[in-house]
Amino acid sequence: MNASTVTPRSAYLWSVRRELWDFRPLLGGPVIAGGVVLVGFVLSALQLPQNRLETLTLEPARQAVAIALPYDLAALAIIATSLIIGAVYCVGALYNERRDRSILFWKSLPVSDLTTVLAKAILPVAILPAVAAIVILVTHALMLAITTAILMMSGMDPSSTWTRLPFGSLVGAVIWGAFAMALWYAPLWGWLLMVSGWARRGPFLWAFLTPLALALIEKLAFGSGHVISEISYRLGGLAHAFTIHAHGHTPLDPVPVPDPAGFLTNPDVWIGLVVAAACLGVGVWQRRYRDPV
Amino acid sequence: MAVIEARGLRKSYGASVALAGVDLRVGEGRILGLIGPNGAGKSTALNAILGLTPHEGSLSVLGRNPWTQRDDLMRDVCFIADVAVLPRWIRVSQAVDYVAGVHPRFDRAKAEAFLAKTTIKSSSRVRELSKGMVTQLHLALVMAIDARLLVLDEPTLGLDLLYRKAFYDTLLNDYFDHSRTIIVTTHQVEEIQDILTDVAFIDRGRLVLDSSMEDVARRYVEVMARPDQLEAARSRGPIREHQIFGRSILLFEGVDRAKLADLGELRTPSLADLFVAVIGGADTRSQGVAA
Repeated sequence: MNASTVTPRSAYLWSVRRELWDFRPLLGGPVIAGGVVLVGFVLSALQLPQNRLETLTLEPARQAVAIALPYDLAALAIIATSLIIGAVYCVGALYNERRDRSILFWKSLPVSDLTTVLAKAILPVAILPAVAAIVILVTHALMLAITTAILMMSGMDPSSTWTRLPFGSLVGAVIWGAFAMALWYAPLWGWLLMVSGWARRGPFLWAFLTPLALALIEKLAFGSGHVISEISYRLGGLAHAFTIHAHGHTPLDPVPVPDPAGFLTNPDVWIGLVVAAACLGVGVWQRRYRDPV
Repeated sequence: MAVIEARGLRKSYGASVALAGVDLRVGEGRILGLIGPNGAGKSTALNAILGLTPHEGSLSVLGRNPWTQRDDLMRDVCFIADVAVLPRWIRVSQAVDYVAGVHPRFDRAKAEAFLAKTTIKSSSRVRELSKGMVTQLHLALVMAIDARLLVLDEPTLGLDLLYRKAFYDTLLNDYFDHSRTIIVTTHQVEEIQDILTDVAFIDRGRLVLDSSMEDVARRYVEVMARPDQLEAARSRGPIREHQIFGRSILLFEGVDRAKLADLGELRTPSLADLFVAVIGGADTRSQGVAA
């Protein structure tokens, strides 16, 4: 018998694999977003030779900013897609298994609720940012190849891209961004997973309308907007992982500059992780002690 | 050691009482049929045994408290819940891989051998399989687990007769041995009565019969009364009387067979008839067993 080979670690890894089988958009979604970005980029590249000539008349710092802009936008588009996919995944993760009663099958196997919930949590917390980072880097590489090819075909020197685009900073910003995304959005995933395990029906509505209702009550009762500002801070807060120098609305750096010191000393990062852990704790408790269906 | 030992098992949902004090002892190597009308408390009892629901009273399954030691218990216990609950998105091969990956007592070769006897393709998703095939797949997975207790809650619900027959034949021939214990609930009593070693009737949260099949055969007897002996038979206090083809069948409990022999033809009642007598007689729900 292939007995004895089951360890807590292997049971966990199989549970993660099972989630990836179930929710294929987690891998496919960022890839499709990257593909869409590339299609848009190819279409826009028809004007590339003309634009590049104009860009090269700018002062050097502005040239770098202009050349790096599509790369930044590509990264943002893929990250935004990933966040939506992560939200869809989390809202269904502990709800769908109860709705289709497959939870009774999962719970007939010797896999603890802690293992299961942590396997579900690792997808948006760690795997999703890693997938997003890889897709972004591959997309960037393809954009670079397309740019080079188009400039060469139109008889221009492709080195204007290669010399002005700060590769090191770009790759560094993507990898740091993925890491910061894992820390910063953990409480968001925790909340969604908790609601997913708790809602008897309509987990989407509970997940998104509850905070809005709280914000509305606060506004009506006290005239203040702490809840709504907290929500928008958390949603848009990945920017706090970077130092963004700008002159008015014009960015001065071609690529956002990682700010590990500022980010990791921001108490909101750590408070968020505590909230995430608490939500997952509730999720485990619910799956263990509530009637499964 | 008893596989299941329950004393004063109680469970209520608000004002409605699902289990009103159940005492049950199931020994190793038994096949117990737990039979009752809808809402009698069967599923609640099974859920308590499987650690899926909290309860009052004492309950020990394989020496463990199922509610507090559930993770540990699930190494030795397996169950099929009352509807096909395999996730619809999973592929057959993935289901086998996953169970092999997480269950220390799963024998992959056994599951694959069983699946090879069916028409199920390993690349199919569960949603592409017929209801009967889903049950076959579930059974293949469960039978390859070397569990000490197997709980089957309406495992053949919605299957046609051929699949139901094959299900129980496979269970008995390829799975059951005397170190294993099986609890099964079903409405199709007549299909399982020959495989059971024990039977328990549950009604309104109470066990109204809990007996080995040998004792059932000793305790209960049916008399197909000769018309001229009908009044004599009735005077002996049957617990139920019904008509088949114009003949009266009287069911007796705890009456010496020798004393009944001259009243007509004797036979051991079917579980279905016994069920109607014991539970249907208690109230007007005499159609319950056929539901």
